[in-house]
Amino acid sequence: MARIIVITSGKGGVGKTTTAAAMAMGLAQRGHRTVVVDFDVGLRNLDLIMGCERRVVYDFVNVINQEANLNQALIRDKRCENLFVLPASQTRDKDALTKEGVGRVIEDLSSGYDFIVCDSPAGIEHGANMAMYYADDAVVVTNPEVSSVRDSDRMLGILSSKSRRAETQADPIREFLLLTRYDPERVAHGEMLSVEDVQEILALNLLGVVPESKAVLAASNAGVPVVLDRESDAGKAYGDMVARYLGEDVPHRFLHVEKKGFLSRIFRG
Amino acid sequence: MGLLDYFRASRPKGSASVAKERLQILVAHDRAERGRPSYIPRLQQEILEVIRKYVEVDMSAVSVKYEQEDCHEVLELNIVLPDSATGRL
Repeated sequence: MARIIVITSGKGGVGKTTTAAAMAMGLAQRGHRTVVVDFDVGLRNLDLIMGCERRVVYDFVNVINQEANLNQALIRDKRCENLFVLPASQTRDKDALTKEGVGRVIEDLSSGYDFIVCDSPAGIEHGANMAMYYADDAVVVTNPEVSSVRDSDRMLGILSSKSRRAETQADPIREFLLLTRYDPERVAHGEMLSVEDVQEILALNLLGVVPESKAVLAASNAGVPVVLDRESDAGKAYGDMVARYLGEDVPHRFLHVEKKGFLSRIFRG
Repeated sequence: MGLLDYFRASRPKGSASVAKERLQILVAHDRAERGRPSYIPRLQQEILEVIRKYVEVDMSAVSVKYEQEDCHEVLELNIVLPDSATGRL
């Protein structure tokens, strides 16, 4: 049985797809059979971030409508053999995702994979509801910024009332906070909410803090999940986050401004 | 920029603390709202319409409060009548 993880946020542009791609790749690299599913029907982007946009033949909606079977639609990642992508459709309207249809696909995937990572669209409408409905775990991606924190809190309300686990009175979804686009320098200057501030408001288990990083855009330009850029701060932060999700005790990094030594200051190392 | 400004700029400016305060209030309000049954706004609207048949009252004259405790729920209605509302319209 696969563990089903939803990557959600409410607000758009906070890094859901970046996180879904990085987390799925991170899990797969650690030997877990993983599939990452794009729920953003009509505005698919996960295939671009994963770098497989030219290999899309059939999509999630084709599978739901039984116009193609799962194996025809799944794209095996070329860098990691444990990783598969189920792309969203570009053209259909979002009502194409029915609760029964999504449930059937999730159940089919469940027997062949360790993890199913669901990349939610922004908003709190149908697509987002479908992405989180079957989840066991939720990674709430939040920026240290008022509207993002508020939307995350609203999403927590939806997770605890409208999911399958809530409706069947099973154990609630495990909820984790991932703080992205964090700028320790601005936090030190009192210009940005700190990780402690956000945690105090949302009261969630902190899975990781990803610093604002040029590596994220570079990775999306190239179609490579940023976790593969092991030299970069964001890549390392996502690597840590995956390890923590799997139960390892990894200390948080990138929370404070790096103090540069005297020599590196002179040579701008 | 003078020397004094330089020192001032290096101190925390505190827009983050404003953000935190606003969020704490907002989130507490959102969470209280979340527990309410979905019919409350409609109920409030209809009560207001009925009262307005008899008395000229403001939109904000009716407040509906919903509280949930361990074994019971309380629906509290508060209607503020204007001073001149002794007679019929």
